[in-house]
Amino acid sequence: MQEADSKPQPVRRRMSPSEKREALEGFLAISPWVLGVIIFLIGPIVASLFLSFTEYEVVKPPVFIGLANYTRLVKDRLFWQALKVTATYVFTSVPLSISLAFAVALLMNQKVAFLGLFRTVYYMPNLVPSVASAILWSWIFNPEFGLLNMFLRRLGVANPPMWLISTKWAMPAIIIMSLWGVGGPMLIYLAGLQGIPTELYEAAEIDGAGSVARFRHVTLPQMSPVLFFNLVMGIIGSWQVFTAGYIMTGGGPRYATWFYVLYLYNSAFRYFRMGYASALAWVLALIILFFTALVFRSSTAWVYYAGELKGRR
Amino acid sequence: MVEAVKEPFVSVSRASRPASKVGLLQRRSIRHLLGRLVLYPVLIAGGIVLLIPLAWLLSSSLKERGAILVIPPQWIPNPVRWQNYPDVWRAIPFALFVRNTLTITFFSMLGTLLSASLVAYGFARIRFPYRDTIFLLVLATMMIPGQVTLIPTYILFRVLGWLDTFYPLTVPAFFGGGAFNIFLLRQFYMTIPIELDDAARIDGCGTFQILYKIIIPQARPALGIIAIFGFLGHWNDFFGPLIYLNSKDKYTLALGLNLFRHGDMGLDANLLMAGSMMSALPCIALYFAAQRYFIQGIVFTGLKG
Repeated sequence: MQEADSKPQPVRRRMSPSEKREALEGFLAISPWVLGVIIFLIGPIVASLFLSFTEYEVVKPPVFIGLANYTRLVKDRLFWQALKVTATYVFTSVPLSISLAFAVALLMNQKVAFLGLFRTVYYMPNLVPSVASAILWSWIFNPEFGLLNMFLRRLGVANPPMWLISTKWAMPAIIIMSLWGVGGPMLIYLAGLQGIPTELYEAAEIDGAGSVARFRHVTLPQMSPVLFFNLVMGIIGSWQVFTAGYIMTGGGPRYATWFYVLYLYNSAFRYFRMGYASALAWVLALIILFFTALVFRSSTAWVYYAGELKGRR
Repeated sequence: MVEAVKEPFVSVSRASRPASKVGLLQRRSIRHLLGRLVLYPVLIAGGIVLLIPLAWLLSSSLKERGAILVIPPQWIPNPVRWQNYPDVWRAIPFALFVRNTLTITFFSMLGTLLSASLVAYGFARIRFPYRDTIFLLVLATMMIPGQVTLIPTYILFRVLGWLDTFYPLTVPAFFGGGAFNIFLLRQFYMTIPIELDDAARIDGCGTFQILYKIIIPQARPALGIIAIFGFLGHWNDFFGPLIYLNSKDKYTLALGLNLFRHGDMGLDANLLMAGSMMSALPCIALYFAAQRYFIQGIVFTGLKG
């Protein structure tokens, strides 16, 4: 079936019966995805764009209200609070977790004995389901009986933070909890580091590069695509954080952990304001798109792809 | 970004750092030794910090009622109360929650494996017009945040009368099985020699016979990875069940644990910890049973860029 490739076809021509048959089989094979995309993606996207211009409370049919949802958003203090809270989370948790994970991966890449054991230990927290881990950390952050404050008191901190019930400390608490999962990205970086060709280091060494120069001119450029990919995914994922806020704080205290998707969830499934929630969803999608595009555009400056040198791309 | 993937699986082998050459300056080996003296304590300390919450979960789950509140904390419970574990099964409908979770997990995994392996086959092996353009579309769908489709999808299931059933959580899996899984399988299929297909074709196999006689048996590692992460994803899923399931007899384990977290029906902390521990056990067991696949899967997820 693949041998027909040999002759290039400069002009479009009619397909032979066997090619037609193959094309039909191809469409048949991907038909579940095509149906799925229409039913669960394109349809809903169009519908949610429409709903965002309506007032829709499920029990009654949607009423078209133009841009009213969006103008209401601009004046909605809870919306701005959700943006502020989530942006704070994204721009602390993502850089912290990426740099911490990268640092640990660099350490583990130093021909460590018992590497498998270390890897397992560091990855272990990722195996705890999110609900179980939210329950566990709620206890750890308990101001009176929690493990963390008992430890801080022993260190001599007289008035340790109230964590989840303090407006100032609830967000840091959730960020600390998110860093518990550092082993996930660490595994990825470790595999990336192990994939860097040894020759590159040897060549750098012959050129007289010390360990700092080797890191700067070999490790970092070689790792930049991986770091880039995880940065993009981290940003996308963190904007959508939900479970920790829902279970541990319910968005409080005084909206200190009022995450964007939590607000969206409350609007849609607690207050049944589906039109308004759709507008919220679209704004979130645009924000995510904006940051993804921003990272992509800046990437040409700092991401190095090995293929580029050989002119493959 | 995606074309850079030539091998779908990056081997997770021992580190291959520049081998220090024999006969280098003495100074270097002293520095090396000092480096080790810092390296191990740092790694061990980090590991302990990460394990403490887990150890505390385990320890609390074996304590007597109220012993969690003792100051200073007991690390080794006295007495060790194994009875907490069976008690959870009696205190809340734990078995029912597990059964619900397993039902949802089973059917969505089935849907994912069946449909993703078929769709990926179309993109990897069959030639049809605009195939590669359509494949780029598959990849592009991964960038769309789920919240945009959430509300209309909810309304769709409501119209279908599927709210408070398992259908919203299982049926969509049969439609392609997720862009990422299609991508992973397609990359894997591409590494299977095309000669195998040709040989089967000469033996009289049709296009779809080749899929289940040649390709799927060859692709077992990739299917294993998808099954593992499918299991974890559905076992841990909180948002989906939260939105679609209302009655308590339909609850999954994640919802159930959250339900009994506080309030009138609240469990004692030690039982809650035992329940949480039990919800984590299958995932931990799966990790140890299939560690290689597991790490390959995580690495593939993060390195495909």
